[in-house]
Amino acid sequence: MSTQILMPALSPTMEEGKLARWLVKEGDTVKSGTILAEIETDKATMEFEAVDEGRIGKILVPEGSEGVKVNSPIATLLADGEDASSAAAPSAKPEAPKPEAAAPASAAPSAPKFEIASDPSLPPGTEMVMTTVRDALRDAMAEEMRRDELVFLMGEEVAEYQGAYKISQGLLQEFGARRVIDTPITEHGFAGLGVGAAFDGLKPIVEFMTWNFAMQAMDQIINSAAKTRYMSGGQMSCPIVFRGPNGAASRVAAQHSQDYSSWYASVPGLKVIAPYFAADAKGLLKAAIRDPNPIIFLENEIVYGRSFEVPKIDDFVLPIGKARVVKRGKDVTLVSYSIAVGLALEAAEKLAADGIECEVIDLRTLRPLDMETVIASVKKTNRIVTVEQCWPVCSIGTEVSAQVVAQAFDYLDAPPGKVTGKDVPMPYAANLEKLALPTVDDVITAVKSVCYRS
Amino acid sequence: MPEPKTAPNIANAESLKKMYADMLLIRRFEERAGQLYGMGLIGGFCHLYIGQEAVVVGMQAATKPEDQVITAYRDHGHMLACGMDPKGVMAELTGRSGGYSHGKGGSMHMFSSDKKFYGGHGIVGAQVPLGTGLAFANRYRGNQGVSLTYFGDGASNQGQVYEAFNMAELWKLPVVYIIENNQYAMGTSVARSSALQDFSKRGVSFNIPGVQVDGMDVEAVEAAGKEALAYCRSGKGPIILEMKTYRYRGHSMSDPAKYRTREEVDQVRETRDPIEHFGKKLIQRGVATEADLKMVDNEIKQTVIASAEFATTSLEPGPAELYTDIVI
Repeated sequence: MSTQILMPALSPTMEEGKLARWLVKEGDTVKSGTILAEIETDKATMEFEAVDEGRIGKILVPEGSEGVKVNSPIATLLADGEDASSAAAPSAKPEAPKPEAAAPASAAPSAPKFEIASDPSLPPGTEMVMTTVRDALRDAMAEEMRRDELVFLMGEEVAEYQGAYKISQGLLQEFGARRVIDTPITEHGFAGLGVGAAFDGLKPIVEFMTWNFAMQAMDQIINSAAKTRYMSGGQMSCPIVFRGPNGAASRVAAQHSQDYSSWYASVPGLKVIAPYFAADAKGLLKAAIRDPNPIIFLENEIVYGRSFEVPKIDDFVLPIGKARVVKRGKDVTLVSYSIAVGLALEAAEKLAADGIECEVIDLRTLRPLDMETVIASVKKTNRIVTVEQCWPVCSIGTEVSAQVVAQAFDYLDAPPGKVTGKDVPMPYAANLEKLALPTVDDVITAVKSVCYRS
Repeated sequence: MPEPKTAPNIANAESLKKMYADMLLIRRFEERAGQLYGMGLIGGFCHLYIGQEAVVVGMQAATKPEDQVITAYRDHGHMLACGMDPKGVMAELTGRSGGYSHGKGGSMHMFSSDKKFYGGHGIVGAQVPLGTGLAFANRYRGNQGVSLTYFGDGASNQGQVYEAFNMAELWKLPVVYIIENNQYAMGTSVARSSALQDFSKRGVSFNIPGVQVDGMDVEAVEAAGKEALAYCRSGKGPIILEMKTYRYRGHSMSDPAKYRTREEVDQVRETRDPIEHFGKKLIQRGVATEADLKMVDNEIKQTVIASAEFATTSLEPGPAELYTDIVI
């Protein structure tokens, strides 16, 4: 039975092309790989190979023909012993089978809502222990490493040096060099190595000495870690935690003082956590290590040394994706995360003296964003100011404000206010650095502005 | 009177015939994929493995079930050699729900945890640290698995490759780095892109040994693969195999391949084709007859036709798939 040779599409966008030259003639024997013709696309002249073997029956489209539609017959191919005259005349253009989607594909479905548990209620009389954020993070890792043999820590100076910021103090001594691993200074390489190990089912904690250096590893974080579950149709998992200090430290200038919150929070496939309090650092890092997804855990160097209460209970784990109202108030909602929560709280205290009661929300997780808690608060206060250290353009506050306007426009008594770092690379000079960072006064000014008070 | 001559030693006849069939399956599968692309049934990028079949088939013949495989985007051959179902691979190429990734990955992004195939990666060189991480996991778990990490002559110039080399040797990780030198990084020849063209020496400054192998000779590949895997399994760390090979088709389907002459391609086809030459060897040695090989060809043709049939009739993924498998 003769078969038709069809005009091929030779690029993702080609719809028609020129049959520039035949390299075979009627009666020629061809096999797979024989070059049949040269075809001109809008981009290039390409060679077109035979897939099946046989003899060229009739050439239906002469060379030099322009505007030959993709998938239209250009020649017939005869099987062994077949006669050219017996070959059927070309029928109408054979349609490539049109697949039908399992369900109508007219409108894109809307994203499913995530459901997040509330913070576990602490048993009455739970002892609270003042703990630094630094120790809380270390305790979280140590507890999870005791609990699960598959968890290990790798990064620059995490083992013998005890951590560049002393977060991994004592871990090498307890868990040994097999599970607490000093890496060479090669972020791209060891981030990728960690992702590969996670593909195989290990649960790596990869410490970046600071998130500034993770830009070297960005491709592995986004393209390999975040996207593989989706690209594999759910077959592959990447249970990995990338963690380290994020944002400005002190007087280390532009290359070492960047806040990456909104960069990572924009990527589907990641979960992004940015705690402020020690209890949240501990409870959320433990949750992150157990989570089967790639997690970006953004700490803050300035906050490492601050002490807060941490409940003294076994296995304190918090839900990822849940904001917390850290101070109740009725006049303005302040939405913040990471080190800026401190600014918001300090501003709230000063504003209370002026008779303005702020409700302060610590987002804790930036992806997924807990907008429910924010919206509920705004419906009560009718005013919102976001407070963060991030650059202003496309910041987390920008996203929160947009969602508030979309979901609670009628409840707002003023346009959303936004306090951020300034739109500049971080300067070195002490006075300029101070000007570049958000301050308590910036928050107070913004709150008064949304309250129409001076 | 001398004893009648016994049949030649064909103790491994079955494995030889299997290698032939495995290579031919890849060839025929890729030809069909090229055809479906031409019909507009496969979209985007599609990188065919035609010409390089002996590399992955020879290496797979040397592996054990616990070994992992990872490669870049010229990956259909690796999947088939790992034993993945041609139907599922072809249906992924056409973007259908029956594909390995339910149509969400495409040509460059397929995985099979069952067959220990870890992708399918679209960024040049990214699979090298990932494959090194698979080897790290083997070491961490204390098992005997070895990671087979494939990349090309183009990826060999990526910085992250050397970051991975350094850690692999430092920690003695069981990984075979298989450099498929097909002589062109897209359209740029090795001579125009690589300061040191002997890729087997790319590990010298890390103390990683390297061997050059005729990547068009499946038996040479298998032999080198066995030695390399034994080296890794003995705890000595990584090793590099440079496979001298050649791709017949363009870099991707939309590459007219004007950076080389047709004569160059034809010459390789005629003198070094991995399948043709191996087939002749099998006949000469009495391992198989021409009729045997013809039968293999016919069976494979049917398999490939069935895969194309499945790939063009399997449904597109339902709209709900848009939001599945992002995070769990």
